[in-house]
Formats: sequence, C-alpha cells, structure tokens
Amino acid sequence: MSFSWEFLLRGVLPQLLAAVPVTMTLTFLSGLGSALLGVPLALALGAAARWKRWPAQAYSLLMRGTPMLVQIYMIYYGLGSLIPREWMRHGWASPVLRDAFWYGLVALTLNETAYVAVILKTGLDAIPRGQREAASALGMSATNTLTRILLPQALSVVFPMLTNEFILLLKSTVLVSMITIFDVMGTANNIRFETLRVDEPLVGAACVYVVLVGIVTLIGQPIERRLRRHL
Amino acid sequence: MSLGDAPLAGYGGQLAAGLVLTIEVSLSSYAVGSVFGLLGAAAKLSRSRTLHLCAGLYTTLVRALPELLLVLLAFYVIADRIEQFGVVVNPFVVAVVALGFIQGAYITEVLRGAVLAIPRGQREAAQALNLYPLTYLRRIVAPQALRHALGGLGNIWLNATKDASLISVLGIFADVLKVSSLAAAATKRYVFFYGVAGACFLAITLVSMALLERLRRDLSRAYLT
Repeated sequence: MSFSWEFLLRGVLPQLLAAVPVTMTLTFLSGLGSALLGVPLALALGAAARWKRWPAQAYSLLMRGTPMLVQIYMIYYGLGSLIPREWMRHGWASPVLRDAFWYGLVALTLNETAYVAVILKTGLDAIPRGQREAASALGMSATNTLTRILLPQALSVVFPMLTNEFILLLKSTVLVSMITIFDVMGTANNIRFETLRVDEPLVGAACVYVVLVGIVTLIGQPIERRLRRHL
Repeated sequence: MSLGDAPLAGYGGQLAAGLVLTIEVSLSSYAVGSVFGLLGAAAKLSRSRTLHLCAGLYTTLVRALPELLLVLLAFYVIADRIEQFGVVVNPFVVAVVALGFIQGAYITEVLRGAVLAIPRGQREAAQALNLYPLTYLRRIVAPQALRHALGGLGNIWLNATKDASLISVLGIFADVLKVSSLAAAATKRYVFFYGVAGACFLAITLVSMALLERLRRDLSRAYLT
C-alpha cells in the first residue's frame, strides 16, 4: 500500500485536528492541577519536619520511579475496579465515573504534580534564606511570604524548566489513548484500526504533535523573557 | 490450594521473564542511545554546517514527538518499509533501536553541554603541548566530560527503564507490564497486578539510583578536598 497524500490531507488530518481540543484540554487541565498541587508538595519536600518531608519524598519517588503507563492503568483499571458498580451505573457521579477522560486526567495530574514539585523546589531553594527571615521579621504571614516573596522569584528562576516540563506533559498525554480516550493519538489509532491504513494516521499524528509543541514553545518564549526581565 | 488462589496466580514465572525482558530492552536501548548520542554530540560540536543542521533536526524532532508515537512509527511505518525489501526484521532490534534513537537525542544534549563545560584554555594547553587530538579527547576531555554528564546521563537511564514499558502496547512483547495486564485481566485483580508491575519498575529505579550514586562518588573522588 503506497502512501496517499490525498488520504492524509482529506481523510486523516481533519479528524486529527478535531481531536486537538481533547489533547489540549488534558494538557492544560493537568498542567493547571499539577501547578496548584505542586506548590504544597514542593513546600513539603523542603520542610524540616520529617512527617511532612518523608511522605512527600515517598510520593515523588513513587510517581517518578514508575512508568506513566502503569499509573494510568492503575487508576483506570485499578481504581475503576474498586468503585462500586452501583455508583458507576446509577450514582450522581456516574457520568464522570464512566468516562475514561477523567481517569486519564487524574493520572496525568497526579504524575505531573511530582515533577512540578521537584522543579519548584529547586526554585525555592535558590532563594536566600535571609529573605524568609526578613519576611517573618516584618510580620508577614506565611501565605503572604509565599505568594509575594517566594513564589514570584522561584517561578522566574524555574520558568524555562516549567515550559520544558509542559512540553513533556503534552507529549505524555498520548499515553491516555491506551484507555480509550480519543485524543490525537487515540484518533490516529482508531483510523488505523478502521481503515487498516497505517502510514497516514501515524505520520499525520506526528505532524500534529510537532506543530503543537512548536506553538507551545513559541508562546512560552515571550513569557519567559518577561518573567526574567528583573534578573 | 489451587494455582488460581496463589498470590501471583501462576504468573510468577512469566512476570520474572517479563522483568528480564524489560531490563534487557532498557540496557540495549541505552547502549544504542549512547552511540546515537555520541554521534549527535560530535555533529553538534563539529564545525560543519551540514552536520550541525542534521543533529539539530534530530534532537528537535525527537523532543517534539511523543515517545509512544515514535515507537509506533518505527514498528508500523519504518520496519514495514524495510521488510518490503525482503529483509526479515527482528522486533527486539526494532524496539531497541527505536527507544535508543529517542534516548540518543537527550544524550546528545547532555554530552554537548558536558564538553562545552570544559574550559577552552585546556584545548589550547593541549595544542601547546603538542598532544594528538585523539589523545586530547581520550585523556583530557572524556574523563572530565563524563563527570559533568553523569547526572544527566543518569536521568536519561532512569527514563530509559520507564520508556521500556512502552513496548507493552505493541502486543508482541511479554514484558513485565504486558504480563501484568494479562494477569490483571484474567484474575480481575487489577490493583494487585498493576501494583506488582509498578513495584518491579520501582525496584529497577531504586537499584539504578544506588548504583549511580556510587558511580558519582567514584568519579568525583579526585575532586574531593
């Protein structure tokens, strides 16, 4: 079977482009979730108290030391098998519990949180200790110290690492196609199984991902420059 | 007690074989990746515009494409093309080369950075001492660059062991994740068997981290004051 540009452009690409919102929603929501959850985890990783630090270290080791695919299966099949059948069928949460999308989103977020936390911790570690002491001497509350002193500086230091991580996150969303989510990769696989043509869907998906990564990189650069203007 | 009631439900042997396969794929793909990485770094550091451009294209493309997609492309598009010429392609080799190709792009960047971290003056000193360029590479650059690169290379190795799990989706490899999936589906004990798979990968990670730490200490012994 020879490669058909006609099929790629007319048949495959429109379907793949229609799936881009699924991929981007997964990426943005799990990116946002992991940024929010990553802050407390980063603080716990750097905490002096063992009861905060050890669970945080265990969590990040578990998430970073096992493959994403195992985590996705564990949440979709493992967690899914623990949820009572009744809830799945009739409970108020049934539309959520029956949709693979949410399992994929949870798995991506839990995994990404560990990576974001480690990055944020390096940013927090880069801030001189004296600033925290100065803030507390001035009577700033812990929340204020965090949101006004620590996070803005930490973010501007680690922003390039975070955009890089965001691209890795975008790429790792393909793994949720294994649990019947029709993102770009899942749609490409679907076309593959339906038409029995292999080359066009895979090459098409590759093009879509290269463009998406390119767009994210282009959006990231000006923000990066803006955040680093004081440095 | 029947076999079905045992904790591993008779899958123990297959799981062990799967773990061995996963480790074999990780090690071989990392070896292949090191070759790609050395070539890539050499191309990036060379003065040739063409080589520079090729290496840039290689690292940019690999880093923009999802690993799973690259593995699928290697198996269903590239290996298929090669088989059309009448060459019989071994799936293990395809998996190892595909994964190695991915790691090579990251290794390229790490090695490039490690070589660039060596002060320029040393090159000039080597020239002043009339060292052969190869001697300079072997005796001066390699030992120092290796020490600089160790952290990055270690991270890539940890990723390599996790990326090895991707071969489970192809359906032709009975690696540790594939065996766990089969066992989980057959026994309906999903949490347990995916837990076993996770524990195997975690064990690989922990052992690797301990070995890397020892290697790091050995390599920086000369620098301890």
